[in-house]
Amino acid sequence: MPGLSLANAAAPVGTAGRIEAIPTYCEMCFWRCGGIGYVRDGKLWKFEGNPLDPASRGRLCTRGTGAVGAHYDPDRLQKPLIRVGKRGEEQFKAVAWEEALDFMAERLQKVKAEYGAESIALFKHGIGVRFIEHVLKHYGVTNIAAPSYSQCRGPRDTGFTLTYGLGLGSPEPLDIANTKCLVLIGQHLGENMHNTQVQEFADAIGHGATVITVDPRFSVAASKSKYWLPIKPGTDTALLLAWMNVIVGDGLYDKPFVEKHGHGFDKFAAEIKAYTPEWAAKETDLDAALIRETAREMARHRPATLIHPGRRTTWYGNDAQRSRAIALLNALMGNWGRKGGFYMQSGMKIAPYPLPPYPKSEKEKADNPKGYPFADEGLATGIREATISAKPYPIKAWVVYSTNLVQCLPNDRETGEAIDKLDLLVAIDTHPSEIVGYADVVLPEANFLERLDELNVNWGKPGWTQLRQPVVKPPHDQQPGWWIAKRMAEKLGIPECMPFQDMDEYLRYRVEKSAYSYAQLKRDGVLIGKPAPIYVDDGAEISFDTPSGKIEFWSDPLKEAGFDPVPKHVAPEPGPKGAFRLLTGRAPMHTFGRTQTNPNLRALMPENEVWVNTRVAKDLGLENGKYVKLTNQDGVVSNRVKLRATERIRPDCVYMVHGFGHTSRMLKSAYRRGASTSQLLTRYNTDPLMGGTSVHTTFVTLAREA
Amino acid sequence: MARFGMVIDTRRCVGCLDCVAACQAENDVPLGKLRDWVVTETIGVFPNLKLEIRSERCNHCDEPPCVPVCPTGASHVSSFGKTVQITYEDCIRCRRCIAACPYGARFIDPVRRSADKCTFCVHRVKEGKDPACVAVCPTKAMTFGDLDDPSSAVSKLLKERKSKVLKPEAGTKPRVFYLT
Repeated sequence: MPGLSLANAAAPVGTAGRIEAIPTYCEMCFWRCGGIGYVRDGKLWKFEGNPLDPASRGRLCTRGTGAVGAHYDPDRLQKPLIRVGKRGEEQFKAVAWEEALDFMAERLQKVKAEYGAESIALFKHGIGVRFIEHVLKHYGVTNIAAPSYSQCRGPRDTGFTLTYGLGLGSPEPLDIANTKCLVLIGQHLGENMHNTQVQEFADAIGHGATVITVDPRFSVAASKSKYWLPIKPGTDTALLLAWMNVIVGDGLYDKPFVEKHGHGFDKFAAEIKAYTPEWAAKETDLDAALIRETAREMARHRPATLIHPGRRTTWYGNDAQRSRAIALLNALMGNWGRKGGFYMQSGMKIAPYPLPPYPKSEKEKADNPKGYPFADEGLATGIREATISAKPYPIKAWVVYSTNLVQCLPNDRETGEAIDKLDLLVAIDTHPSEIVGYADVVLPEANFLERLDELNVNWGKPGWTQLRQPVVKPPHDQQPGWWIAKRMAEKLGIPECMPFQDMDEYLRYRVEKSAYSYAQLKRDGVLIGKPAPIYVDDGAEISFDTPSGKIEFWSDPLKEAGFDPVPKHVAPEPGPKGAFRLLTGRAPMHTFGRTQTNPNLRALMPENEVWVNTRVAKDLGLENGKYVKLTNQDGVVSNRVKLRATERIRPDCVYMVHGFGHTSRMLKSAYRRGASTSQLLTRYNTDPLMGGTSVHTTFVTLAREA
Repeated sequence: MARFGMVIDTRRCVGCLDCVAACQAENDVPLGKLRDWVVTETIGVFPNLKLEIRSERCNHCDEPPCVPVCPTGASHVSSFGKTVQITYEDCIRCRRCIAACPYGARFIDPVRRSADKCTFCVHRVKEGKDPACVAVCPTKAMTFGDLDDPSSAVSKLLKERKSKVLKPEAGTKPRVFYLT
């Protein structure tokens, strides 16, 4: 295997040098692909996919390939910092680790002594937080949240948990490669580089699968589709209900599957009778005949029809119900455990390292002050709310790991208000961001190519385990998360919670205790588990962890909590006259707001553009390629952004890729490049089921840059 | 002797620019210069639209206009796969090759102090690997191989699928083909 003959790689033409090749797994995004880092004469050269890894299959995405730039990024955090100016002024002094850790520990101890450890909150993203989270939990911290739930995949997880008893997780068990009909509802695969899914999407296109794309924008995925449905923004649930109306009404669904595994189907069927394609046509601005035709196309290919459950699903604030509608449409296809639908994952048993148990808290968690009943993870916006209100108790310290709360939480004024209440704000990250600029103490982390980390044990077909190990040394005074955590534990007086010498000892223990070879894992980067059947037809068993033990077409828990037991369409609130709904999405070479200073990726996309329908741009007297500014319904004005006049979008909305328009001066090369979608996100709806916050509820007008 | 070419499936390509990033790292291409790039063409009017996304680079033409204009012989057809290559030490940076190329594939590399462009990653091909752009492509949109070998993957694709080349009117006989 190419992954094994690593030492034989030769230098390119015109360069001599000693080449080393070290497998590890990527953290340029959350997909965690296995890659191989190449070092030439002691310097990082390139990062390629590891052919042994089931996520990358030997091919990284644009960001993974560009990871080299993350190592060399001149804007990255280099030394521990302590704030010297006012919060947010970004005035820091560089200090030694000892001083930074003492500064943090003293203040955490003070908050714990005065208010209790529950008054310290942790915000997190990515696997690197593992030991920092562990130490804080041992310290008594209970309020922990990842914006990746309440600002991203939460509604999907909740919608699927309510329906199937499973939140899908990551990577989602989607058999895209074998699907005969793939339905993408606002999912812009190809612009959104979930590597394995993009690879399989291309495979599906290659074997001629029907793709149906529902998107107000002619996305790249739409351009690969047999059917593009340029839907009116915010009306997807109406379309989903009409599709189900046709499929049930015409008897096109998988009846034996629904009879065997469905709960409350008759009540569901009775309720969706009202949702005719003609009704949906008025809501969605789509043709009723096209709605019928696409419904029949889906049914024709079942069970190898897959309606993509989505990932970033926090759109309008009623997203868990839309996700439930997607879950139910899939159920009608009978695709659970079937080829071309959802495959059944198997895991891999890797022994834990024996660690002491966490103390029990007497206090309730503060992350869900409004009590959203179906939130199944901590709510980042909930902790923010509790910090502002000091209810049910004050939150006085935030530890923020690898998540830019200023850009990822809606309405940055509320974030600012919450920060004002804090006695301590700690930021741990590889590079600056707006939230880092507000921190009292900044701890610079080695990036993923420079550190050991926790094992990544995946569910899959079969399960597999990935090792992260350093390819190169950190270039400055950065340290890995586990090292920071271990020093934190010592400073906080709880060294017993990190009872290993170093990460190598910890990892070796886990792997060898599980009867695998640590040497092999270091050499290959991955361990592959035992295969198990992934399809029902091959013997895989399916079960549903719901109250009824079945797929809940009718949800009693929703009914009991006062919500619609069958999803209903709620028409989106219209914007002010003359304003356009602002939609947001991803670009293949950037991850959130985290990669804009990466020189390799910045070279591919230095700033975002605002997409405006050609005719609209002409009517507004705006020229393609010229800078404009966006003003939202509350008078917030964006940074300047280039106008992209295009036929590829409906006239009632505009579109920008998220993550640009940075206002942190520490991000020198990205400062004020493009416009920020989150700066304009001053009004948002909150999902009444699970507390997710909307991103597509901003309305803007456009004007030429003055 | 092989005659290398590339076949790129525009139906699979999503325009992610991974090919560009991979080339940049593999070949130490200075940031700001490009040996490959992606063109997206939008055809039609809302809502009746088509996209064509093409990963473009030097076409390693059968009739390369950049070779006869070179006064020093730096720009030449290599015996290895009949690819068009540049001997950096012989380049006097007169830019005639840059002007002659109808595809805009050439530039002056300020570090190598020479005209430069895509090499088809012959250093990788000699090791039995695909060019970096082909190897990285998450959609497997690109295929590389010997156009003169009827059993090669590139020959088979060209036989099975409709294809086109860029600027056929230039008479350069390009060897990068696009499946449509």
